[in-house]
Amino acid sequence: MSRLIEADVAIVGGGIVGGSAALFLARAGKKVVLLERDRCGSRASGVNYGGVRRQGRAPQQLPLAQRSHALWGQLPDLIGEDGEYVRSGHLKLARSPQDMAVLEAYAAQVADYGLGLQLLSAHELRQMFPMIGDKAVGGSLCPEDGHANPRLVSPAFSRAATAAGATIIEGAPVSEVEQTSSGFRLRSVAQDLTVTAPVLLNCAGAWSGALAARLGETLPISAAHPLMAVTEPLPAFLPVSIGVEGGGVYGRQVTRGNFIFGGGRGIPHPVSGNAPVPDFARPERGALVNLLQQAAELFPDLAGATIIRSWSGVEAYTPDHEPIIGPSSTIPGLFHACGFSGAGFQTGPAVGAVLADLVMSGQSVTPIAAFSADRFR
Amino acid sequence: MSQSPLPPVVIGAGPAGIRAAVTLARHGLSPILLDESPRPGGQIYRQPPAGPGQRSASELYGFEAAKATAIHQALAPYADRIDYRPDTLVWNVERGALDLLSNGRTATLAYHSLIFATGATDRVLPMPGWTMPGVFTLGGAQIALKAQGCGIGSTVVFLGTGPLLYLIAYQYAKAGATVAAVLDTSAFGLRIKHLPGLLALPKVLAKGLYYTAWLKAYGVPVYTGITPVRAEGNERVASVIWQDSAGRQQHTACDGLGIGYGLRPETQLADMAGCAFSFNPLDRAWLPDRDSAGRSSLAGVYLAGDGAGITGADAAEVGGERAALALLQDQGATIDPSRVAVLEKRMAAFVRFRTALLQAFPLPAARWAETVSDDLVLCRCEEITAGDLRATVRKDQPRDLNRLKALSRIGMGRCQGRMCGAAAAELLAHQHGCAVNDIARIRPQTPIKPIPIGVTPENTP
Ligand SMILES: Cc1cc2nc3c(=O)[nH]c(=O)nc-3n(C[C@H](O)[C@H](O)[C@H](O)COP(=O)(O)OP(=O)(O)OC[C@H]3O[C@@H](n4cnc5c(N)ncnc54)[C@H](O)[C@@H]3O)c2cc1C
Ligand SMILES: Cc1cc2nc3c(=O)[nH]c(=O)nc-3n(C[C@H](O)[C@H](O)[C@H](O)COP(=O)(O)OP(=O)(O)OC[C@H]3O[C@@H](n4cnc5c(N)ncnc54)[C@H](O)[C@@H]3O)c2cc1C
Repeated sequence: MSRLIEADVAIVGGGIVGGSAALFLARAGKKVVLLERDRCGSRASGVNYGGVRRQGRAPQQLPLAQRSHALWGQLPDLIGEDGEYVRSGHLKLARSPQDMAVLEAYAAQVADYGLGLQLLSAHELRQMFPMIGDKAVGGSLCPEDGHANPRLVSPAFSRAATAAGATIIEGAPVSEVEQTSSGFRLRSVAQDLTVTAPVLLNCAGAWSGALAARLGETLPISAAHPLMAVTEPLPAFLPVSIGVEGGGVYGRQVTRGNFIFGGGRGIPHPVSGNAPVPDFARPERGALVNLLQQAAELFPDLAGATIIRSWSGVEAYTPDHEPIIGPSSTIPGLFHACGFSGAGFQTGPAVGAVLADLVMSGQSVTPIAAFSADRFR
Repeated sequence: MSQSPLPPVVIGAGPAGIRAAVTLARHGLSPILLDESPRPGGQIYRQPPAGPGQRSASELYGFEAAKATAIHQALAPYADRIDYRPDTLVWNVERGALDLLSNGRTATLAYHSLIFATGATDRVLPMPGWTMPGVFTLGGAQIALKAQGCGIGSTVVFLGTGPLLYLIAYQYAKAGATVAAVLDTSAFGLRIKHLPGLLALPKVLAKGLYYTAWLKAYGVPVYTGITPVRAEGNERVASVIWQDSAGRQQHTACDGLGIGYGLRPETQLADMAGCAFSFNPLDRAWLPDRDSAGRSSLAGVYLAGDGAGITGADAAEVGGERAALALLQDQGATIDPSRVAVLEKRMAAFVRFRTALLQAFPLPAARWAETVSDDLVLCRCEEITAGDLRATVRKDQPRDLNRLKALSRIGMGRCQGRMCGAAAAELLAHQHGCAVNDIARIRPQTPIKPIPIGVTPENTP
């Protein structure tokens, strides 16, 4: 039976960004309809590393990250569960004096943002974190950063939005979208559903570029596939989430004991698909073996542990690796929030709040000028 | 296609894989045969570790001794042609190449043609007490007897369904253990009902009847149509509580319990390779599609043996040879059409037999899913209970096993769902009141079995 829903706000995409926007808008009394092609939180938001980290972000992202930090601190009130969120600290390691200099420069650059970074010498590092191998010559600790379980957190945002009154329809790929005199009309053929609304939020993750293109706007979004792996449960050895200056490998240990780590890239899946953005991604053998070697180098004690699974996901990247957040400059009523370039899980809750600000008052409490899509023009 | 094709690769050195490799070699090809076990034979003809004090083939394999010996010796005449690599786990398939783990080193092997002969392992339906020491799968019980030469206890019970229940009980009784009971969830009437199909292979049927008769003659109590209640014990299993076909509670003392409900094919590699799958209601499992010769949906990829659907060891030999002939045929080799006809005819009889057998010993899925209590642990790797799954279903209404896995962790542990997948699927389907084929299957993830972080790629010194 064909259905028509008239809403105040239509959202495409039920990742952490769309879910959070739906939650804040529903709480503010808007009639919200969110269409998710698969299940909410099943894509990047549900398969990511789970790093809830501010350290390392560019200064212009820090106000957003700080707003999110506060929201993460109230997670149970927000989504009804703790999502295994812990403020374990995030430790970024330097493998050379040059890398240490980079960490020192970053700490100085962001000193005013309140991250509370602590620079650690090689000696302090050994004392505080003896499990880290001697590849590291120093590090920078952000004590209040942490990690969470994305498989639990991201679907919970959409569930909380539903509880707050949003209409969330899963299994509803938006197959057509057009501008009308009063806003937008969206169609999901699979559901025989039409949604009209004066406001449209593009929260379609790696597929945001495709959605914008259908409305005639070009967004420089490309997809890439961070690679992850997990060991069997191990005795507790790592109390802190680890990153490395210059990249290569990052890792955290969850309460159950599994060590989750990432680095390098997977490949599109199915391989033969020629869509610019694939539906899925999977690990790539060379990258996986390389990741294992990097992890074993950083944590010598891990050499004997076995990995039980590896995976990847489809994430949206922009040319400068900063997100696109804000109103479209060509289409009134359209807002984009995409291109988080491997780092949108931590900021996701605040991005939803910013979108709600924009819809409710036309202005974001948090500065977002740096994230305008116009910077690529 | 390149001018000189790469050597064909066969995964699995059980009856299917060995027959496939030998057939390829006989026709002049030089196949690579990979198996994670140290010695050839597969599940049924598994050999004990090499070393002193070997038991004879007839001690180890009974009636099947001649077949076992033939399989073990089949590779020897082609030793110069078959590149047999034991202790080699295939942990990944990706874009036309396999990843192999052997001795802590990993290597990539490209293929143009590939035969999956990966066999099957036990299918388990958990019951209260099943994680207690002294409780094993039927396969585990058989390995303990065959490979290690010691059983799972001195007074043992075998519970579940399928012909293996009787075979293993027989093997234990012959080895001197007291088999306190054989407890079969399938009703005896089903065997009578499907007798016509079982007569497709009179010799196999006769063997099955022989085991049953032998057990009776030696006073082993056999009960059909039972319902398992729980296994009890303090440090170790001490008894099994069950309901007989009249609904009366029974109690059987034991110090070892073997559980198994037929077998489940090892299909992850074929799935990763991209073979098309369909749900097979007989196996209650997703199986790779194949034609009667064993061709999968992918060019150059073939399937043989129990890994493509449970048909038994004799059928595995036939299927292995047939798949190899199909591969040869597809590469333009001349093969003997009369041999193909013989194999196809024999395979047809196996398929009739298999159809009857799987109906005579069905998985008691519906009854299990209805009665399983919330505190029962379904996934022992991650300690997930039936109650956890039900709570996840109430909260999120997952319509697919992968979503259930993401939210509940079932199938995320060391076995990656190999042990708990069947039970999770049945419970999820039951909670939704839908068929078990409506909830998809767990997507395989690499590595299909655990690999060490410290692996070294082969090309590193
Ligand atoms: C492996 C991996 C590791 C990562 N690690 C981290 C980390 O540690 N920390 C961190 O902060 N970030 C991390 N990220 C990035 C983070 O996961 C993403 O930036 C964030 O989840 C993006 O959220 P989203 O809601 O924009 O996208 P998504 O979660 O991808 O959601 C977009 C949704 O839109 C839906 N959709 C698309 N098109 C349509 C359509 N036409 N109709 C209907 N629905 C549609 C999709 O199905 C999808 O559910 C990682 C990402 C990956 C892949
Ligand atoms: C406990 C038990 C008892 C049985 N008893 C009987 C019986 O009495 N009569 C009967 O007809 N049937 C019996 N069967 C079934 C019988 O084992 C199978 O029908 C027969 O072994 C199938 O042969 P196959 O070649 O298909 O597979 P298998 O014999 O199982 O051989 C598959 C081989 O593939 C290898 N392999 C699988 N995956 C990988 C991988 N990723 N990398 C490397 N190697 C891999 C395995 O190590 C194994 O050696 C029994 C099965 C079990 C489990």
